[in-house]
Amino acid sequence: MSEVGTGSRTGVGTGTPGGVGTGAPRPDGGPKVRGEFAFSGDLWADGMLWGATLRSPHASARIRSIDVGPALAVPGVVAVVTAEDLPGSRYYGLEHRDQPVFAWEVVRYVGEPVAAVAADHPETARRALAAIVVDYEVTTPVLDAEEALVGPDLHPDGNTFRHMWVRRGDPDARGPVVVEGTYELGMQDQAFMGPEAGLARPTPDGGIDLVVSTQWLHNDRDQVAECLGLPPERVRLSLGGVGGAFGGREDVSLQVHAALLAQVTERPVKVVYSREESFLGHVHRHPARIWMRHSAEPDGRLVSFEARIVLDGGAYRSSSYHVVANAACFAAGPYVTPNAVVEGVGVRTNNPPCGAMRGFGAVQVCFAHEAQMDRLAAACDVDPVALRLTNAMASGDRLLTGQVVDGALPVAEVIRATAALPLPPAAGSEPMGRPGAAGLTTDAGDVVRATGFAVGFKNLMYAEGYDDDSHAACRLEAGLVTVTCAAAEVGQGFVTLAQQIAREVLGVDDVLLAPADTAIGSAGSTSASRQTWMSGGAVEKACREVRAEVVARVAAATGAAEADLRLRAGRVVSDGGAVPVDLSLAAVTAEEPVEASVRFQHRTTFPLDADGQGDAHVSMACAAHRAVVDVDPDLGLVRVVQVATAQDAGRVLNPTAALGQVEGGISQGVGLATMEEVVLADGAPRNASFTDYLIPTTLDVPEVVVDWVEVPEPDAPFGAKGVGEPPVISSTPAVVAAVRAATGRPLTRVPMAPAAVAGVGDAGDGEEG
Amino acid sequence: MSGATVPTPVAPSYVLTVNGTEHGVDASWLGESLLHVLRERLGLPGSKAGCEQGECGSCSVLVDGDLVCACLVLAAAAVGTEITTVEGLADERGTFTDVQQAFVDAGAVQCGFCTPGLVVAVHDLLDRVPEPTDLEVREALSGNLCRCTGYGRVVAAVEAAVAVRTSGGAP
Ligand code: FES
Ligand code: FES
Repeated sequence: MSEVGTGSRTGVGTGTPGGVGTGAPRPDGGPKVRGEFAFSGDLWADGMLWGATLRSPHASARIRSIDVGPALAVPGVVAVVTAEDLPGSRYYGLEHRDQPVFAWEVVRYVGEPVAAVAADHPETARRALAAIVVDYEVTTPVLDAEEALVGPDLHPDGNTFRHMWVRRGDPDARGPVVVEGTYELGMQDQAFMGPEAGLARPTPDGGIDLVVSTQWLHNDRDQVAECLGLPPERVRLSLGGVGGAFGGREDVSLQVHAALLAQVTERPVKVVYSREESFLGHVHRHPARIWMRHSAEPDGRLVSFEARIVLDGGAYRSSSYHVVANAACFAAGPYVTPNAVVEGVGVRTNNPPCGAMRGFGAVQVCFAHEAQMDRLAAACDVDPVALRLTNAMASGDRLLTGQVVDGALPVAEVIRATAALPLPPAAGSEPMGRPGAAGLTTDAGDVVRATGFAVGFKNLMYAEGYDDDSHAACRLEAGLVTVTCAAAEVGQGFVTLAQQIAREVLGVDDVLLAPADTAIGSAGSTSASRQTWMSGGAVEKACREVRAEVVARVAAATGAAEADLRLRAGRVVSDGGAVPVDLSLAAVTAEEPVEASVRFQHRTTFPLDADGQGDAHVSMACAAHRAVVDVDPDLGLVRVVQVATAQDAGRVLNPTAALGQVEGGISQGVGLATMEEVVLADGAPRNASFTDYLIPTTLDVPEVVVDWVEVPEPDAPFGAKGVGEPPVISSTPAVVAAVRAATGRPLTRVPMAPAAVAGVGDAGDGEEG
Repeated sequence: MSGATVPTPVAPSYVLTVNGTEHGVDASWLGESLLHVLRERLGLPGSKAGCEQGECGSCSVLVDGDLVCACLVLAAAAVGTEITTVEGLADERGTFTDVQQAFVDAGAVQCGFCTPGLVVAVHDLLDRVPEPTDLEVREALSGNLCRCTGYGRVVAAVEAAVAVRTSGGAP
């Protein structure tokens, strides 16, 4: 069972029920447990058609011709569209428009959209897709990143999404102890449970209303408008209930297809991906090949660090440019590293496109640097935890980019707190509790228990000079508070937090959240652990402005001093002072509402220079993980028994929600270590289903023990850092370290194949050559 | 519900009994799953379509008291059975079952896509095994995938519901 640690959470809340620092329940929890919450796939409209997408079966091919005639002849089919039917741009893309909405001359990956249909029934739509005749001339795909780097261009933009260096200190510095290794990570999928879905409706003004599950309404809106040839204000996006995201909904998937079909048919069109199509239709975590060499003094103090990181970005850019930067900037982990040379490359191939996934580049390098730290500890003959403490970065130290960390970064604290958490009891006698679980294959006498430790960090929010902001509005009318913000709720709990902040600032119980849509300014993306800070900050600012106006109004009307007035339990009351005041907010705002609409920004960041130096990042967060595993070394089976963790949270604003983020993140980290990989054959995903792409079940997840390290972040609202990503970063290397300790094998690739754990066959264990 | 033309062969009209109410299904396609008919024809979208392959459990419903994946049942084959969906668990709209309440209280809901299926599966488990061990809970729920929670709060919710029931709370 999980336990919550005893980290101090005092000093946050001011006592408002359900305010900041409490485990306030989700406002959407009731509807969700009763099955009444509308996910984007649950939408329905009169006269609605079903949209479906035809996708390339080839990783690389020329399109000689597309004949949609046979599909149009299927009874019940209303429209078939291809690239030719786009009134506006034929390209889309999150940061850079390099991806065709529909392929026309060439296809560059398996699953690339080629055409879409709208029909009266999902089965009719499927049959129509099968009737479209595409004449492909299959060409040889480039599926290896190193090959693509030197090969012919696969796209007019070339094959290099980004090639960067981070150079710091003396490139020739060397300590006497040197360790080196090469590490690989397979392609992980976000595997959110609610498949992509949306409903597009034509509007009387010739525009489109689109209800869709996404992480960033405004960015989607702009891409849809460009492709449809419409001004942005004629495209209105609203958030349909989102069944998880984890980065996989940052890129547009069906948005343009659904909107175009609605535009062409002049009828509502609903698109819902199947599970297979979901695997084909969104970006994945970049597979990586990473070489690292560390040198150190005999006591383990780091002297130099070198790394080469190659990320396979697949066929289109998505967010590869910034994933490369994250991987390069944080390649050494949260350790003081005076001399470093890091090369980071993101490459275009004919593999499925890769982009954002929880941890965003930090996951890949953490797996490598933590394996290296264990190697270094062994080479120096020091304890792995002690070695990490020796090198732990703190506030005031410099990142590889030369930037001074001026916020909170309690690396040593999370290491010590994690190491101090209780270990699990000895294994029970239940066969179901052993490695292999339901397989019941492991004898109790074969089980080896071992532990592993890892530490990771990453930046919060957008970097490299991006003008990041969030808008929010607060309205107080007849005592009722309504907060409006376009932040996408994807399950992480912003809706709860927004209410908590409003309750805290305005001293009210009831806070209404308006639906998220593009009628208000952008809240930016729900990613990069940024919504607690950015949209939380915007909501706080809007509520504080409303509070100030209320206080000013009451002071003017009563003659009380503003400083004496408090908002508490839905009333404005005086706290000392000569003029006693006790008015309900309803009375104060009965005649005239108070309203504030704000824009919130974090501090300015700057681009990196040619040596990867510069103040490119806003803030950092860290976490440590200690994994305990039971391994059957003969069968290569692993059971992760416990993961203990201390997380740098700044301030924990909702302990229940934060605990859920940590447990969920750890399950994804354990998944990457032990089972999760999109397996490609000739560029085609071979396991695009939950039968074959395995994610942890209740029997696979460990007991999680959590402690919080709360050092308030100076610039963040209430001192809180986002807690979405750190849980996933170092949990993977901690599990692998534990399995290494149990087996003595190097295990340089994740997910660890059972054969690699057992040390049999050609299991891709990456024995050092 | 849609009134649209449907692919052949069109099924003869049939009646499904869902949450104690009889629903006529007209002019449907014979190949439609129970999940599709519940969601798209009967206006009961509480059961979710996460995989439509029997792997994720998000479509879990009870058919004659047995826990099944609605995506694997042909709707027309469910004629004559008693079907219970998540919408039918609470006695009346606006109230929670003890399990639903425990999910909300324990923080077992994040995106909530897995939640209706999990709630149905937990009711089924606790009806069969009133005081399950931790491993029994985990085995019983291992067919219900959740990507957000890591299941920690879900298992905590089940424990809380068991604690309420064993201390004499209403089942
Ligand atoms: S939708 Fe039925 S089991 Fe996944
Ligand atoms: S809460 Fe999102 S899948 Fe379970």
